[in-house]
Amino acid sequence: MIENYKEKIPAPLLDKYLKLTKDMKLTKDQEKKILDKLEKEYNNAKIAPGESIGVITAESFGEPGTQMTLNVFHFAGVAEVQVTLGLPRLIELFDARKTVSTPAMEVFLDKKYSDNQATVKKVAALIKETKFREVVSSFSINVLNLQVECELNKKNIRDLKIKEDEIVEALNKGLKGVNVKLVNKGDSIVLKPNSEELKDVYKLKEKAKDVFVRGIPGVTQVLPVMQGNEFVILTAGSNLKEVIKIPEVDETRTKSNNMFEMHDVFGIEVARNNIIEEAQKVIQNQGLDVDIRHIMFIADIMCATGEIKGITRSGITGEKESVLARASFETPIKHIIDASLVGEIDTLNSVIENVILNQPVPLGTGLPGLVVKMAGEVENEKSTRSNKK
Amino acid sequence: MIDVFLNEKYIGEVANAKTFMENVKAERRGGKLPATMNIYYDEKSNEIYLDSSKGRARRPLIVVENGKSLLTDDHYEKLKKNELKWSDLLKQGIIEYIDAAEEENIYVALKEEDITKEHTHLEIDPIVILGLTTSLVPFSNFVQSSRLNRGQKTQKQSLGLYLANYHLRIDTDVNILHYPQAPIVRSFMHDVSKYNEHPSGQNVVVALMSYHGYNMQDSLIINKASIERGLARSTFFRPYSSEELRYQGGLVDEIGVPDKDVKGYRSEEDYRHLEDDGIIYPEAKVDMEQVLIGKTSPPRFLGDMEEFTLAANTRREASTTIRHGERGVVDNIIITENEEGNKLVVVKVRDQRIPEVGDKFATRHGQKGVIGAIVPSTDMPFTASGLIPDIIFSPHSVPSRMSISHLMELLGGKVGALSGRTIDATTFAGEKEEDLRKELLSLGFKENGTEKLYNGITGEEYEATIFVGNQYYMKLKYMVANKLHARASGRIQLLTRQPIEGRAKGGGMRLGEMEKDCFVAHGASLLLKERFDSDKTRLHVCESCGLFAVSDDYKGKKFCQRCGNNVEITTIELSYAFKLLLDELKSLGFYPKLKLKSKYLD
Repeated sequence: MIENYKEKIPAPLLDKYLKLTKDMKLTKDQEKKILDKLEKEYNNAKIAPGESIGVITAESFGEPGTQMTLNVFHFAGVAEVQVTLGLPRLIELFDARKTVSTPAMEVFLDKKYSDNQATVKKVAALIKETKFREVVSSFSINVLNLQVECELNKKNIRDLKIKEDEIVEALNKGLKGVNVKLVNKGDSIVLKPNSEELKDVYKLKEKAKDVFVRGIPGVTQVLPVMQGNEFVILTAGSNLKEVIKIPEVDETRTKSNNMFEMHDVFGIEVARNNIIEEAQKVIQNQGLDVDIRHIMFIADIMCATGEIKGITRSGITGEKESVLARASFETPIKHIIDASLVGEIDTLNSVIENVILNQPVPLGTGLPGLVVKMAGEVENEKSTRSNKK
Repeated sequence: MIDVFLNEKYIGEVANAKTFMENVKAERRGGKLPATMNIYYDEKSNEIYLDSSKGRARRPLIVVENGKSLLTDDHYEKLKKNELKWSDLLKQGIIEYIDAAEEENIYVALKEEDITKEHTHLEIDPIVILGLTTSLVPFSNFVQSSRLNRGQKTQKQSLGLYLANYHLRIDTDVNILHYPQAPIVRSFMHDVSKYNEHPSGQNVVVALMSYHGYNMQDSLIINKASIERGLARSTFFRPYSSEELRYQGGLVDEIGVPDKDVKGYRSEEDYRHLEDDGIIYPEAKVDMEQVLIGKTSPPRFLGDMEEFTLAANTRREASTTIRHGERGVVDNIIITENEEGNKLVVVKVRDQRIPEVGDKFATRHGQKGVIGAIVPSTDMPFTASGLIPDIIFSPHSVPSRMSISHLMELLGGKVGALSGRTIDATTFAGEKEEDLRKELLSLGFKENGTEKLYNGITGEEYEATIFVGNQYYMKLKYMVANKLHARASGRIQLLTRQPIEGRAKGGGMRLGEMEKDCFVAHGASLLLKERFDSDKTRLHVCESCGLFAVSDDYKGKKFCQRCGNNVEITTIELSYAFKLLLDELKSLGFYPKLKLKSKYLD
C-alpha cells in the first residue's frame, strides 16, 4: 500500500503517517482513503508556479511591522539583562548588522551539572568578566611612598571565589613594569610604579581599575535562571567562542543572539536557524502572528551563499541582476553609472523593471505565454512579414 | 549673598531670599510696587529675578495667606451686588497675576477645601485647568482626558453661526448651519462665552441601538424625515474675485463679456449668465466651470513676429469660473476698487448642503462618526408615545472609550427637554446624576432613561429596552460633497504624460507603491499593466543602433536619424515615463541601447 505513495508523498510525511497509525489497525480501504487525502493536502500546500512569494513575504512582515509599538517600548527585560526587541531588533536582524545593539547569550550546562545550584553559580562566576575594581573596596594614593594602595573587598572575593594570588597574577600580567605586592595578610594590594612622579601614580590607579582579572572578555552580566528543571545562564554581552571552552558548558545547546558569532563558531546552518529563532522571538513578543515559513524564506535567502547577507544595498538587494531594479531601490545614480561603464544588459526578468516599462510582470497571469504553432499558409505569411521588416 | 536681576539686568544683591521675596510681594499687593511685576527665586543658581517686561503670559489667582483664602463670602456678596469690581480685587491684593516664572515658586490649591498651610494661592475656579473649548464639554469630569481632547477638537470643526454678519463679509471657506440651537445640557462657560449667540449644533433625540448593521464602527443612522425638516442643513459660501490689473505700456485688463475671437474662448454656454457688464446676475444658478466674471487680458508677450500680425491684438481670456466639482447660486456681488484704484469684483456663491451618506457628525465627547444610512421615518424604531429618534447611535462606541459623559448628557438632555429647562453640566460642579434620575422618574419615565421601542419595519416590540435621550449633535465641516472624486480621462502632465494630481484639477487617482505590491502578490499581472497604461506610447526603435527612430506618418515611412533608411525599425509599446528616462540618460551622455526580442517566439 505504502509503496504506491512513495513517489507521490515525501518520505518524512509518510514516516509521520506510519508513526501515527501504527496502533490503529486500519483496513486497506481506510488506509487508502487517508493516504489519498494526505496526497491531496500535500499537493494543495505546494506553491504554484508564478506565485509571488517574495512580495507576499514582504507584505507579511510589513503589515504587522506598522503595528509595532513606539520605539520607547522596544526595550524589555529586567534591569539586570536588557534586550532590544521590536522593530529596531527586526531591522538589525534583516540588515545583518555585524554588531548587535544588545549582545546576549543563553549558556546551557551539561545535564549532569545543570540542576546543581552550586556548580551553576561557579560557572556563572567563571563566565562573568571581572575587573580589578570589582574586587577592591577602596583605592588610595600614598603620596609619601608614591604608591597605590588598594583595599580588597573580601566579600566580593569570596562570592566570586577568587584567590588573592590570582589577583596578583592578573595584575602582574595586566600592568607591565609595576611592582605588585600583597600586604596586610592579604587584605590589601600595593602597586608601586617605576616612575617617581605623582602624575604617573595617578595614571596607574586609573589603569589598574580596568585590569582584567578573570572571566570571559565581553560578558558584562550573568544571570542564572531556572528554565524547566534546569538552570540556564543568561548573559549580557557575548563571546561564544570562549564560553564553549568551559568544560561544564553544553556546547550543543548554548547560543548567542549574534548570527555572525553563531556562523563563525557553528557554521551557516546554525546561523540560519538563529535568524529564524531571533526573528520569531521579536514577532511573538509583540503579540503578532507571522507564519514561520516567511521567516524561513528570508533566512534562506540571507544564508544562500554560505555567508550571511543582509537585505541592504550592500547585501542581497545590491546583488540583483537587473540594473533598473537596483537603481529603483537606493543610490540610483551610482548603479546607472556602474552599469554603463561595463555595458550591463538588463534582460527584464523581474517585477520592478517591467512595471517601469509598463510590461506585464512575469508572475501569475503574466507568466505563461501563449504560443500558437502555425502551419501551412499562415506560417508562410508570417515569415514573409518578418522579411519585410 | 543672592544676586538680584531686574528684567535680566543685574541690580544688586540681598542676604536673605525669603524675607526679600516676602517684602516684594507684600509691597506689590499693597500697590507700592507695580502689579505687573513678578518675582522668581531660582534655587539652583541662587538668584532672584524680577520681571516687569511685556509679552509674558500671566494668569490670575486668588492669594492664600495662613491657609485661608483672602476672597471671603463677604466679597462674593459684594460682587453679586455690583459693589465690588474685578479691578478692586486686584487693587486690594486679593487676586494677583502670576507669570510662568513665579509659578515655579508658588503652591496652588485647586479647590477651597484643599487648602493647607503650605498653599500660597487658590484657583479662581477648578474649571480653569481646562481651556475655553474643553470647558464646553458637558460633564467633562466623567470622561477620560484623551477623549476630552478629541471632544474639544471636534467642536472646533463644527458648523454653526460663526458671526451674525457673515452675509456682509467675504471670508473664504464659510459654512453656516441652518437653525442652530443652544445646547440643553451646558456648562457655565457657555454663558460666559455667550455661546447661545453663536451656537454650532442642534439638540436631537438619540437612541442607543444597532440598526441592521448600518451604524457599525461609529457610523450613524439618521431619520430621513428629520433631514427633510431641516436637520443639520448648512450653506457653504465661497467668494470669487477678479481684478482689472494694469500692465506696462498702458495695457489693462477688461471686465466684460469676452469677444469670440479672444484667445482661449470658452463655449457660449459658459458665458450665458453674464450681463452686459461682464458680471453674473444675483441668484443665477451656476454649475461647474461656468463663468462668473468675464475678463480679458492683454497678450502676454509681444514677440517680434506677433507685433506685425493681426494676432498681436488678440486678447487673452481670463475669466473667473466656478471651481471644478462645485456648484451653487450667486448670493452677493460686490463691485468696488482696491488700494491701487483697480476695479475689483467679488462674487459670492452659496451652495446648500443637505446631509447625505458619508457626512461627518460628532457629539462633544469625541464620539464622531459618519452617516451610514438615511432611513425613512416609517422604517425607524419608535417609542410607545410614537416618538421617532433623529439619530441612532451604536452602543458599541461607548464601553471601550469610557465616555460616561456622553451617557450623562443623554440623560441630562432628556430631563431638560421634558421639563423645559437647561441642565448645568459644568465640570466638577454639574448637576448630580441621582438628581437627574429622580427628576426623570418624576416626569413619568424610567429613571435610567431606557424605553420600550418598537421595530419600525415589523411593528414588533424590541426585546431589550433602549436608552433614548437628547443630545447636542454637531455637523462637522467634512462633507462628502467636498471629497467625492472620480475620473475616466482628463488632463495629463506635459513632461511625463501621466495624469495630473489633485481633486481640484480633476486629476487621476494614483495607484501607489503598496497598491502595486498587492496586484503583484495576487499575481494579477495583466491587470496591473492595464492600471499603469495611462502613459503608454507607441515608439519606433531602430534595431541597428537601439535608439528611437522616427515615423513619418504623412509619407508612411520610418527611418532612423542616425542609421538612415535601410535599417529595420520595429514599433513597440512602452510607458512614456521610461522613454523620458532613456532620453534623460542620453542627455547625460549614456547610451541606453534597446535590444528587441519577441517575448513569445524563440
